[in-house]
Amino acid sequence: MNWDKRTLFGLAGAVALSLGLAMPAAAQTQPPIRIGVLVALEGAFAAGGADAVRNVELALRQVNHTAGGRRIETVVAPSDTRPDTAVRQARKLIEQDRVDFIIGPLSGSEGIAIRDYAKTIPDRTIINGISGALEMTWVDPAPNVFRFNLDGAQWGTGLGRYVVQNRGWRRIATVAADYSFGYTNFLGFAVDFCRAGGTIVQRFWVPLGATDFGGVIAQLPDNVDAVYLGMGGTDAINFLNQWQQAGAGTRIIGGTIMADQTVLTARGRAKEALVGTLISGPLAEDNPDPAWQTYVRQYREAFPANQRFPSPSLFGTGYYIATQAAIAGLNAVNGDLSDGQRRFNAALSSLRLATPLGEVSLNENRQATGTVFVNEIAEGPGGTLVSRNVAKVDGVNQTLGLTAAQFRAMGLPSRTNPDCRALGGG
Amino acid sequence: MALTDKSRDQRAGTPSGSASWPDLVMSIPAGWWATGCILLIMPALASDFWLFQVFGWSFCLGIIALSLMFLAGYGGMVSLIQMTVAALAGYMVAILGTSGVQQISLGLPWWLYLPLAILIAAAFATAVGALAVRTEGIYTIMITLAIASAFFYFTRQNYEIFNGYSGFNLVVPPRVLGIDWRQPTAFYYLALVFAALCFLAVVYVARSPFGLALQGIRDNPRRMAAMGFNVVAHRIAAYGFAGVIAAIGGILLVWQNTQVAAFTAGIGAVIDILIIAVIGGLRRPIGPFVGAFIYVLLGTFSPDVLSAFGLSNERFKLLIGLGFLAMVFFSPDGALGLWDRWREARRRPVDPLTGQARPGSVP
Repeated sequence: MNWDKRTLFGLAGAVALSLGLAMPAAAQTQPPIRIGVLVALEGAFAAGGADAVRNVELALRQVNHTAGGRRIETVVAPSDTRPDTAVRQARKLIEQDRVDFIIGPLSGSEGIAIRDYAKTIPDRTIINGISGALEMTWVDPAPNVFRFNLDGAQWGTGLGRYVVQNRGWRRIATVAADYSFGYTNFLGFAVDFCRAGGTIVQRFWVPLGATDFGGVIAQLPDNVDAVYLGMGGTDAINFLNQWQQAGAGTRIIGGTIMADQTVLTARGRAKEALVGTLISGPLAEDNPDPAWQTYVRQYREAFPANQRFPSPSLFGTGYYIATQAAIAGLNAVNGDLSDGQRRFNAALSSLRLATPLGEVSLNENRQATGTVFVNEIAEGPGGTLVSRNVAKVDGVNQTLGLTAAQFRAMGLPSRTNPDCRALGGG
Repeated sequence: MALTDKSRDQRAGTPSGSASWPDLVMSIPAGWWATGCILLIMPALASDFWLFQVFGWSFCLGIIALSLMFLAGYGGMVSLIQMTVAALAGYMVAILGTSGVQQISLGLPWWLYLPLAILIAAAFATAVGALAVRTEGIYTIMITLAIASAFFYFTRQNYEIFNGYSGFNLVVPPRVLGIDWRQPTAFYYLALVFAALCFLAVVYVARSPFGLALQGIRDNPRRMAAMGFNVVAHRIAAYGFAGVIAAIGGILLVWQNTQVAAFTAGIGAVIDILIIAVIGGLRRPIGPFVGAFIYVLLGTFSPDVLSAFGLSNERFKLLIGLGFLAMVFFSPDGALGLWDRWREARRRPVDPLTGQARPGSVP
């Protein structure tokens, strides 16, 4: 974002080096704090990534680009949701752009790769953007990685219990995307659903980016109360189209990204199948909490209508909260990042951060505990679809209410985990 | 194509047994010595980021593109399978060696899994070659692209062996001689040495009887067949040799990334190797390395260039695309073509007596 001389020197250095000249690393200037923003600006989540950049800017504007008495500069490093690109760009931020810490990444597999990279840079800090991979802060977590958003499994919590207890949907079949976020988000739903006594009749996994879902739709059993659909973006739209052509049929329970803005604002009739769908996630658009309402208003005022979403996206909100956390941490240590950022890390660990989504605190794995919202998709004014909040669960922790030992015994998210019967379901 | 190759080859001297060492040393142009020395002392000049991220990555991609250059430049066969072969070698290192996915990785010692990985990848390349050499031109491209796509979708959905979408992480080089080969300087020298070895191997093979026969087959397969050369066997062998080179590049690339997954050999990555070879130049083995360096520089610094002009850096791919377009537009034969034309222009000086261009100075 902010362009400065050092990056220019870096470029000039690039030219000099290619000519075989020496390029001494530019000396570090002390006063401003440099934050690297690692974000996907290419691929399936590019629109969400652009919203993330806007939200980092918004959070910094609110504090006049100053925290802990020092000016803040940002460097944006674009990735394409591939883990190797994320690590490359993180390395560029740390080694070439000499940032003090990184906010990011955006997607699940990137998060796991960044966790491993973080262990090689113990003197720098990484505050997760919106990566939802459980493994990032659960399996062998890095001491300098902090996540102030809930993970994909936490996002699924609350929905399972709600559909069993409030709607009486007890027998379901599931169709979800065959990759890490698909498993993780499904696990969160299934743990809750099975513990409330639900039964998963059959599980289907569809590859990311598939176009023909006819086979799966034909195999879906008839004697179920609802179908869980855990897909996102164009996969969700394609599935719904074919689902309607095949006669739709039953009710839908959605994964967190099944009914996000990209699906709800899509053209065509496919989205109509979503009316009445129940989904869960970290935010509710009609959340009456003043903190959320203020945030939405500030977001709308900060950017012209054609350069933003009608309301902050999931991705944008994640980066906004991460930036808020960074600012709060810097204020707590008066901008002192010496001693390998130990004091800054300690301050981050003990933050009780007031965010638009409610108060967030971190556990011993530096993973957030917070609120999950259950929303229902309904018809809004002018044929649009809106999501209405129907329930919320406060204080959802990393182990989804199980003890750490129980959660560990269940195994990591995969095609076959969790075992519904072992959790009390069928 | 062939004419330039041969004149250059003669000037550089052939590495035959009869040439004595001083002759051999003298026959290598001064520019090569200078480049070699600069590359050797680079760790004293450049930062870790440049060593590992820019040069290390360039060498890995350059080696893989070199295998394509060998097939396309000397054999006249544009194969899109090279990245897939490289990824297969990387997968084999992860599966046979150690990785973060302990249920699948077998944990064999490095002296066993490295040769095995290269062998399996080369066998795969040879098998694909056996299929592809029955086609010509665009059909070779099609069939290799089809196999590359099939491999991508297979690895993405196969969980028993290839671990699907997630692939393998924490694939690191073995500690040999007590050195952590993933430290920037160590990895730089590792990649440099293998890049140099692969480069020399291609130069050597291109001048060997096999390489000369291959170039003959490229220029006129029917005449070569009439002279008693087995055209199909030569082409398949070329695929096998290129497979070994691609495998070495693939293993280095996986070590650099510490991970391998389906998208390592996705369609984008497969096409990138072709782009690297084309922008570098397909005529000589140094081309792919030049191309890889340009590719890495553009990929790494184009967001910064956009920000420098106060533009939003979301559009950095536009700059990369324009860079490649300009390259191909101004020099259809890549960066090497530009270099050759520049030298040619210099070699045609004005006659000091007449003030006119000296006739017959075209090399």
